[in-house]
Formats: sequence, C-alpha cells, structure tokens
Amino acid sequence: MKESTIMKIHYGTALASVGLVAVHILMRLTTGFADSLSYENVLANYRSVPYVIMLELILILLAVHGFNGLRVILLELKQGRVYEKAVSYGVVIGMIALIGYGSRTIIMTNMGMV
Amino acid sequence: MAQVSSIEDENAPNLLSTSKSVLLRISRFNPESDDSSKFMEFTVSYEKWTTVLEAILDVKKHHDHSVAVRYSCRQATCGSCGMLINGKPRLACFTKISELDSNVVTVEPMNNFPVIRDLAVKFERLFETHQKIKPYLINENSELESDEREFLQSPKEVEQYIQFANCIKCGLCNSACPTMSTDSSFVGPQALAQAYRYVADSRDKGKDTRLDIIDESHGIWRCHFAGSCSQVCPKGVDPAMGIQFLRGYLLGFRS
Ligand code: HEM
Ligand code: SF4
Ligand code: FES
Repeated sequence: MKESTIMKIHYGTALASVGLVAVHILMRLTTGFADSLSYENVLANYRSVPYVIMLELILILLAVHGFNGLRVILLELKQGRVYEKAVSYGVVIGMIALIGYGSRTIIMTNMGMV
Repeated sequence: MAQVSSIEDENAPNLLSTSKSVLLRISRFNPESDDSSKFMEFTVSYEKWTTVLEAILDVKKHHDHSVAVRYSCRQATCGSCGMLINGKPRLACFTKISELDSNVVTVEPMNNFPVIRDLAVKFERLFETHQKIKPYLINENSELESDEREFLQSPKEVEQYIQFANCIKCGLCNSACPTMSTDSSFVGPQALAQAYRYVADSRDKGKDTRLDIIDESHGIWRCHFAGSCSQVCPKGVDPAMGIQFLRGYLLGFRS
C-alpha cells in the first residue's frame, strides 16, 4: 500500500475516533461516572445494539490507528530490510489479534454469554 | 592609521580599537584514531564584525593549523561551513561572534552527519537524497531548437518556487531535524524542500514522478512538523512549509 494511503487512513481513523470517543465518554456522564461503570450498567450497555456497534467501531479505528502509529515509531527507531518487514507484518497481526479479541468480548457480552 | 571618529558617540576614542576577546572551544575528533571528541580551547580577539569562521581560521593560522574545517565562499553562498555554534546549526561565515552574546563560543560538527575530522562532515547522504528527488526541470521540450525562446514565467509563477530555489545545500536543516537523527533512511528536509521547488515550477512536468519518490515509508510522512529545519535555514527557504505544500498534493488539497 502507498504510504500516503496508509497515512490518509491514519488521519481518518484519528478524526473518526475523536467523534466516537467523545460520544463514548458522554455516555459515561448520562448517569454518574462511577455508576455508569457498575457491573450491571456495563452489561446493560453491551446489550444495546447501537452502542455495541459504536464500541466495535472504536475498537477497529483505534486498533488500526494505534498499530499504524506503532509501525511509524518503530520504522523511525531502527532501519533494515528484515526488521522493517517484520514490523509491517507484526503490526498487521497485532491489529487483527486485538480486533479479534475485542470483538469476541463485545459479541459474547452482547449475547449474554457472561 | 588615521583616527576615525564615531558619528553616534563623539567620545568614543577609536572605533578600530573595540577589540574584545572570547573563548573559542573547538571540538576535535579524528574517527581513525580517537574514541571520542574533546574540546580544545583558544582565546581569540574579535571585532564587532568578526565571524566565527574568521576566528577558527585565526586559530589555524596562529595556534593549530591541524583544525579541520570546510569553507570556501565566506559569504553564505557555497554552503560549506555549516556547524553547531553554541549548540545551534549555523553557517560559521554568516555568524558574527558579537551577535552570539556570549563570552564562550563552542563549535562542533553538525548533528546527523558523520564526522570526517573535527568540524568537517560527510555530505554523501545529503547529496544522495537531493539527487533522488530529481533536482532539475523535467520537461520533454527543454532542449531548445535554434529559433525557440526560453520558457517564459510570470512574476506570480516565479513567486511559487523562488524562495525554495535559494537553497545552498548547507545541510543545516538536515542537521536540525529530529527525524534525521533516528531514521537513517529518511529523505530529509533539504531534499523535500527541493522536491517542492521543482514541483511548484510552472516549467516542470515531473510532479507525479517526484511525488511518487517521496511517498514511501521513509519519505515525506516521516516529517512530524518539528519545524526546526525552517528555524535554522540561513537562506529563508522554509523547508517545513514546502513539506506541508507537498503533503497538500498527496492528500488531495492541492493540484
Ligand atoms: C482519538 C484521538 C486521537 C487522535 C486525534 C490521534 C491523532 C494522531 C495523529 C494526527 C497522528 C499523526 C502524527 C504525526 O504524523 O506526526 C497520530 C499518531 C499516532 N497515534 Fe494517534 N490519535 C488519537 C488516538 C490515539 C490512540 C488511542 C493511540 C494508541 C492506541 C494512538 C497512537 C498513535 C501513535 C502510536 C502515533 C504515531 C506517532 C506519530 O506518528 O508521530 N493515537 N495520532
Ligand atoms: S533548505 Fe536552508 S538549511 Fe536546508 S540545505 Fe538549503 S539552505 Fe541549507
Ligand atoms: S564559507 Fe561558503 S557558506 Fe560559509
């Protein structure tokens, strides 16, 4: 992929995250902050399909953004053909693993498996 | 010599005897024989107009001729005499001791360049990255037939790039750039500014070629806009601005 395409995704995911994370934080304020994090309330949140879709989106956006950001940092830290290939594949694997594990949590909780 | 009287201060005894002295600390390092650099100190006298380069040459002439320093034009034109002067990348021939406002002047080789000896550094990486962005007009019709005229440009078209054409390849910007210090493959502010210089030239047709060259993993995106390149450029080139303009093309804000 062209570096400019990757960076467009990087900036795009950053901007989209700002919006969605803002909604996510505002949701904490609908009830008291501590209250919104109580066991029952968290579970209730996960049952709401629109909210779960938003959580999943935040997970994907920040996994993509964060791991690409990590790729950038690692590329600037050290150079070399093998190292750079390892970094590129490593962050994609990390991205997929994090999204996979996060989605598993979201889906299982939504379906009442916890 | 005839007495010169000051216009501003009638009581000044003699304008030519305002000489003061300063401690000049020169970094000495020979990679072939030394493990690390050390400073040699010299007390040199200077006038209001004495440049750091003149002080170094004074040391070479009267104290230690083995100090290695690169220079040529002595007038901020050739780009040879870049070095760290009191910690900041500057041209030695374009920096007056009096303007430094300090009793100690420390000169060291530029950062992000391998040292050849003392203050002289290797420019291979800068020349390589500069060459990489094709620093010349790309235009099929650039060979003039006998009856043709040169390409005309309006003052507005010249304005688009002329600031960037002032680059003297001194490398101060690359020396100040934080990315340059950790990313050994980064193309660097000097080359990026020159990429913009040609892309913005109405006579040039190589925009897509050059944008392709800088759009790679160690290309333009590794700039995080520290802006230090533009702060140290002695010719007012403003590489950081050129880089943002180039990003504009790549992100679709400019065409
Ligand atoms: C939601 C708010 C966020 C915004 C607006 C944002 C924005 C940005 C932007 C614009 C860059 C590019 C900087 C540059 O190229 O110089 C960047 C880089 C980066 N971001 Fe984020 N980001 C956000 C959240 C996150 C989060 C939550 C993480 C970690 C999981 C993260 C990790 C990184 C990393 C590691 C970089 C690379 C550093 C760099 O390129 O300079 N960001 N971010
Ligand atoms: S852009 Fe300025 S600082 Fe950089 S090499 Fe050219 S003249 Fe020197
Ligand atoms: S000696 Fe030429 S730029 Fe300083």
